Amino acid sequence: MSAHTPDRLAIRNARLIDPASGLDQIGDMLIEDGTILRLGQDLFIEGLSPDIPQIEAGGLVLAPGLIDMRVVTGEPGAEHKETLASAGRAAAAGGVTSIVVMPSTDPVIDDVSLVDFIARRGADTAPVRVYPSAALTRGLKGEDMTEIGLMSAAGAVLFSNGDLPIGDAALMRRIMAYASGFNALIAHRPADVNLSAGAVAHESDFSARLGLPAAPSASERIMVARDLALAELTGARFLVDLVSARQTLPMIKAARKKGLDVSASVSINHLALNEMDIGDYRTFAKLDPPLREEEDRQALLAAVADGTIDIIVSSHDPKPAGDKRRPFVEAGFGAVGLELLLSAGLTLVAEGALDLLTFLRAVTIHPAELLGLPQGRLAEGAPADLVLFDPGAPWKCDSDALLSKSENTPFDDRLMQGKAVLTIVEGKIVFDSRGS
Amino acid sequence: MPHAHTLSIRSPHLLSIADLNRPEIDALLDLGETYLDLAVQKDARNDVLAGKTLVNLFFENSTRTEKSFELAGRRLGADVINMAIAHSSVAKGETLLDTATTLNAMNPDLLVVRHSASGAPALLSQKVSCAVINAGDGAHEHPTQALLDALTLRTRLGAIDGLRIAICGDVLHSRVARSNVQLLNLLGAEVRLVGPPTLLPIDADRWGVAVFHNMRDGLAGCDIIMMLRLQLERMRGAFVPSKREYFHFFGLDRDKLSYAAPGALVMHPGPMNRGVEISSDIADDPDISLITRQVETGVAMRMAILHALANKGGQP
Repeated sequence: MSAHTPDRLAIRNARLIDPASGLDQIGDMLIEDGTILRLGQDLFIEGLSPDIPQIEAGGLVLAPGLIDMRVVTGEPGAEHKETLASAGRAAAAGGVTSIVVMPSTDPVIDDVSLVDFIARRGADTAPVRVYPSAALTRGLKGEDMTEIGLMSAAGAVLFSNGDLPIGDAALMRRIMAYASGFNALIAHRPADVNLSAGAVAHESDFSARLGLPAAPSASERIMVARDLALAELTGARFLVDLVSARQTLPMIKAARKKGLDVSASVSINHLALNEMDIGDYRTFAKLDPPLREEEDRQALLAAVADGTIDIIVSSHDPKPAGDKRRPFVEAGFGAVGLELLLSAGLTLVAEGALDLLTFLRAVTIHPAELLGLPQGRLAEGAPADLVLFDPGAPWKCDSDALLSKSENTPFDDRLMQGKAVLTIVEGKIVFDSRGS
Repeated sequence: MPHAHTLSIRSPHLLSIADLNRPEIDALLDLGETYLDLAVQKDARNDVLAGKTLVNLFFENSTRTEKSFELAGRRLGADVINMAIAHSSVAKGETLLDTATTLNAMNPDLLVVRHSASGAPALLSQKVSCAVINAGDGAHEHPTQALLDALTLRTRLGAIDGLRIAICGDVLHSRVARSNVQLLNLLGAEVRLVGPPTLLPIDADRWGVAVFHNMRDGLAGCDIIMMLRLQLERMRGAFVPSKREYFHFFGLDRDKLSYAAPGALVMHPGPMNRGVEISSDIADDPDISLITRQVETGVAMRMAILHALANKGGQP
């Protein structure tokens, strides 16, 4: 007889949605020791032991917690912008239970000891699961490849050069070839280094009127074409990191059709906003890649729907106010998004722009499969990483209320529909707004 | 005393393993074995090449190959001239074909050439009136190294047919690997290439070999492990991220060796980078390492090659 008393939690009367299997039904769930023990209809019809804590879901949606594959924090090096702990709290409040942090810190995550540091620090301080990604080149300088094999073994789940594209095709070819020997996933931001140099906006009639230095969509197209050709040559597992231009989509579709191991991600910002949101030089909408035309946004939504784009990310990138309260050209790029990814997605669902299951797949099972993680699904035996959300709750985004250490969001003052109510990581409640 | 008439080689030159067919290779290895036996005698000299001139023409530094050919030539009684063509001569504008003209004036019988450009010995062979032996050209071939490796294996194990042999490391830049793949395949071995994808030629699986990117998988059941040298400048982020990572995943240590067949033997064409592609512990273990044996065999094998080609020159 073991002395261990199982740690249990029951959730009753929830709308269970498993994007992996397509399950969508009212039912119950029993969690034991951090994993989903059972789920289904009328699970507790025989009654439930009073010593098991219960949550009455009241018909709200219970789905796998979100996996956000693109999060920038300031730890180490810029803890005033964001720490792993503050990013973790923001994630939990947004129904995000796993985050992949970008290597663009100070120092850059380009060494085994730093990969190990992020993994340990995340486990010690953040309420959600933290996975390190590692740099493709030392110091993100685009010159020498990093120890991809050793860092993979140390726990780096993907390799990226952050927001700095690698211009040298010979280097990129060798990196992809080398990484393929370890089956490592490579993410690369598609932008032609020279064509995008100095640009702060999408090149269009609109940005021309504003007088902003801009780069054309062709910059993205050129780099995607190069990267896909190299992926074909080397057989690398490749992620087109943050697609923003409609012209890029047919190339990704064709590569998939050819059988290349290629995925594509888009930020929630680019699905919800367009270049007009820059408006009168609103620096909170200054993003990299830049917000583009409404036609691009519509094409990106369609690409998520047809599976050409399989991953949606927050592209969380905290910037202190001082970095944004500057002339548009001089202001920093990026927006926070961990707390808004789910709500902004549900808002698109409420508008009829996206199907709920399609959206949820792109933030749960697809990233889980790409990263080889066991979570991201509602299944017996899967980790109990869950979000309970109200898909219809109307609310107004107030950047001052965000938990992130930085408050730079283009959604400030926007009306949103849908919100996380309860977030569970490994069977433990890490966020609960029911009392408030 | 070996005799040249036991050998009949069609090609006037030895530029590539492809210049030889199976009976010729067997005959060359037989002759090499005879010279290896003679080498243990007190006076190994003879006069097979008496009155012949051997020119060692090295455009790239190589102490061991050059000395090996020099010793082979002297033991056979040839007059040996070493010409190390410094970079300065090339910088002065002398082309390879100018060099050929100069050489013809010396009227040599055998010309041993090493050059950093693939195909340079082949070009020279068209312009000189003697037998040309390729002692390594760029990343193309090093046929005498492959033959001495085969002789080393044959004397140690009797036969090469049926052996499972892994060639590991920087195959992309290796002329030794290219010659060995051809020769060992011809001799009936099962050849594997093992290394990171950045150091393997594209489509190497079409060379009649199996390709592996993981040492433990690649070495599984292998009788022979041939390690290749990795140039230091290729370990700084261009082809391989670091020495540390390379040794961890592709350096031969006891753990990886344990995946090979029991009693597996290790070879290396030299010079070795200890602690990079091979641990000292293995390189110096006489029960496992054939590395010193390869050097000894090299002289005998080159005597056989010089002997076989000596009478070929001058009749283009």
